[in-house]
Amino acid sequence: MTDMLQADIKPGRLSDAEIEINFSDMHPPLRRPEALVEADRCYFCFDAPCTTACPTGIDIPGFIQKIRSNNLKGSAYTILSENIMGGMCSRVCPTEVLCEEVCVRNTLEDKPVRIGLLQRYATQATVEDNQQLFQRQQESGKSVAVVGGGPASLSCAHRLASLGHRVTVLDAADKLGGLNEYGIAAYKATQGFAQREVNYILGIGGIDVRNGVALGTNFSLTEVREEYDAVFLGFGLGGVNELGLENDQAEGIVDAVEYISQLRQASHKSTLPVGRKVLVIGGGMTAIDVAVQSKRLGAEQVIIAYRRGQQQMGASEHEQDFAQTSGVSIRYWLAPSRVLLNEGRVSGVCFDYTRLDDNGKLERSGDSCELEADIVFKAIGQKVLWGALGDSAEVLETKAGRIEVDEHRKTSLADVWAGGDCIFGGEDLTVSAVQDGKLAAMNMDRFLRQRNGSGE
Amino acid sequence: MADLTSEFLGIKSPNPFWLASAPPTDKAYNVNRAFEAGWGGAVWKTLGEDPPVVNVNGPRYAVSYGNDRRVIGFNNIELITDRPLSVNLEEMRQIKRDWPDRALVASVMLPMEEAVWARLVPMIEDTGVDAFELNFGCPHGMSERGMGAAVGQVPEYIQMAAEWCKKYASIPVIVKLTPNVTSILPPARAAKAAGADGVSLINTINSIMRVDYDTLSMYPSTDGMGSHGGYCGPGAKPIALHMIAEIARTADTADIPISGIGGITDWRDAVDHLALGAQNVQVCTAAMVYGFKIIDDLTDGLSNFLDEKGMTRVSDLVGKAVPSVTDWQYLNLNYIEKASIDQDLCISCGRCHVVCEDVSHQAITHTVNGKRHFEVIDEECVGCNLCVSICPVDACITMKQLSSGTDPRTGQAIVSEKADWTTHPNNPMRVR
Repeated sequence: MTDMLQADIKPGRLSDAEIEINFSDMHPPLRRPEALVEADRCYFCFDAPCTTACPTGIDIPGFIQKIRSNNLKGSAYTILSENIMGGMCSRVCPTEVLCEEVCVRNTLEDKPVRIGLLQRYATQATVEDNQQLFQRQQESGKSVAVVGGGPASLSCAHRLASLGHRVTVLDAADKLGGLNEYGIAAYKATQGFAQREVNYILGIGGIDVRNGVALGTNFSLTEVREEYDAVFLGFGLGGVNELGLENDQAEGIVDAVEYISQLRQASHKSTLPVGRKVLVIGGGMTAIDVAVQSKRLGAEQVIIAYRRGQQQMGASEHEQDFAQTSGVSIRYWLAPSRVLLNEGRVSGVCFDYTRLDDNGKLERSGDSCELEADIVFKAIGQKVLWGALGDSAEVLETKAGRIEVDEHRKTSLADVWAGGDCIFGGEDLTVSAVQDGKLAAMNMDRFLRQRNGSGE
Repeated sequence: MADLTSEFLGIKSPNPFWLASAPPTDKAYNVNRAFEAGWGGAVWKTLGEDPPVVNVNGPRYAVSYGNDRRVIGFNNIELITDRPLSVNLEEMRQIKRDWPDRALVASVMLPMEEAVWARLVPMIEDTGVDAFELNFGCPHGMSERGMGAAVGQVPEYIQMAAEWCKKYASIPVIVKLTPNVTSILPPARAAKAAGADGVSLINTINSIMRVDYDTLSMYPSTDGMGSHGGYCGPGAKPIALHMIAEIARTADTADIPISGIGGITDWRDAVDHLALGAQNVQVCTAAMVYGFKIIDDLTDGLSNFLDEKGMTRVSDLVGKAVPSVTDWQYLNLNYIEKASIDQDLCISCGRCHVVCEDVSHQAITHTVNGKRHFEVIDEECVGCNLCVSICPVDACITMKQLSSGTDPRTGQAIVSEKADWTTHPNNPMRVR
């Protein structure tokens, strides 16, 4: 690479006005006439496939019928009683591979009912205006610690609180919401929606929040188990996978999750430095989000390099299309082999071409190429930070680097449940995390009440 | 191309679509626009005795909605014309002069005093109109004053007034019937007995549309109070069709020429009216909802339909379905149909299953071999047509006749001989 560019990273590539447009709502909300027409497209299926496909099992035809009849309060209740983050899920769920994929409308017209947008319409007023639809049951006298402040934890906390238990949420971050607040692409959750939803959830009462306290630093699992009647672990994935290459810590190689978090928290996005040539390594939603957002901040060339093919990519086809139509190039079948440096700083990455061998195993073909970059984003997955669990890490059963849980999201410890990204089998979706928290809370409730009965 | 020209009671019009006596025919301005758009005729907004009535200054109309605010029912409390008689007559005279090929009919509603008819009928006929239509149907407002439906609900009054009109008119007289009766036959017979040339039906049906959900008072209201109105539109069509068919299939009324009114929105609705015995049709609500332009589909659609059926004129269609209307007791109880689901068209919404399961005969599966699958269980299916009716996909579920073998539901042999209730063993009144 003889004509190597100098690293070209700077803020303000676009005007504030351009940035505002680029980071406005990805799918603007439906207006009432649109919602009524769309709602009318729902066939009110028996044993609806969309409901089966929803990880939280929302009665989708039911809430849509209530939109039709202008019973928006009832519609919101139908949604939120199964999924307290129905507002955020309506914005971030990959509906094209969940409810909308199985909509029977696809059979004859390839155009599903736009369930996500209808769900957003139905929940909008309730969450935005903080109309509390749920009341707490009588105080049980039991207390639960919820570790982490993301979707699994908040879902668990809300359900426990509604069942009458006292909940304390212990979160390392300054704001609750987890990836809803720090991780989701900005154009999917505009106008501070994540915090409004957090406020709605806390509005039920009975939930104490302690921010800025991290497991392993400020408290241990052993301590919370002693102090509370039960514990829910929803701390997500604190660690980032490394490229595993020489010089993979060089300047200009950046953790995508961290960058997205800064972007979400920035009050003026035009102040964020962005490269002219951006290279993203990975194939999941984080890769898509950092790539598209870089493009929308004004990067000239954004390439996602993924070591397998289009079919294997974690990001759905819809998301890949979205990235490509946003001006991102996706290069498949490229595995990083070497970090290219210029005066100690990253200037590009050398990739080996890959393919599947006869057994379907990934192999390197022997050919290689170099891609230039001012900045390289690592988006190749995250991992549980086991260190935070201290001694407890040894007693918690794990699988493939995640916490193992049963169908009730109960861990191997009698008084500890877990959910969200930190458990084995997690689907890396907000909606699945919400379901984890809900299932755990219902099982914890049984556990807590049994303890009552036994006189403990 | 089929010939759409129509002749009703000798009155010619370029097509069988007349605008019914109603707001669309209130004055020359509207009727001119209608004729420019292509309507075959118009029955002028009902004339009355001077001084003219006054209308409320609040809402006159309200509707019930279907999908996407499509109007399926319409209701009004407007009275007859609220303009002086002389103004109407002058405009009618001019319209007939300007549009000699169109039918123009004078709708009238007069008090039950012969002298009034004697005075006004010749005056109205003098405008050159083609016929009279006697409004014995308006169910609101005017009926409180002893006119409209108040006359139409008493056959003797119908006969009396129609005779007066016949006596003083030299042009055809049509009696417009109210559906707010238990049987349409006595009013139709009264019209015939009076020597009326034909009947038109139906006028509107007594109705209240809904309540206001904020005030919990009747909607629409005039200063907080409401009064029942006349219901019409697509939702009223089946009631009209029944009444038309009753007149058309009853021996002593079958020869009365009928002008069909009620819920005609597109050409298929007109086919219903014509095939069940109407010789021409009148339209109001569709124009109220969509404007006069809908005449394009009405004429064009009817013409294409006649071509498709190999019919050359509208009269070929008139009454075609009448012989198929009978009393329940004559329906063939040996005839057996079963629903059948076309699996290539089925979108697996499951609506057929759930309605059959919940309210009908538990005759449609939801799971077969562990998979979501909907098919008819012939052993349970009574052929009720509910699944066919509610399936969102056209032609996905159809009824198929079983003509041989045994009915899997009853285990009884299927026979080709007809047998109806009149001879059924369960009928204590059966013909032995």
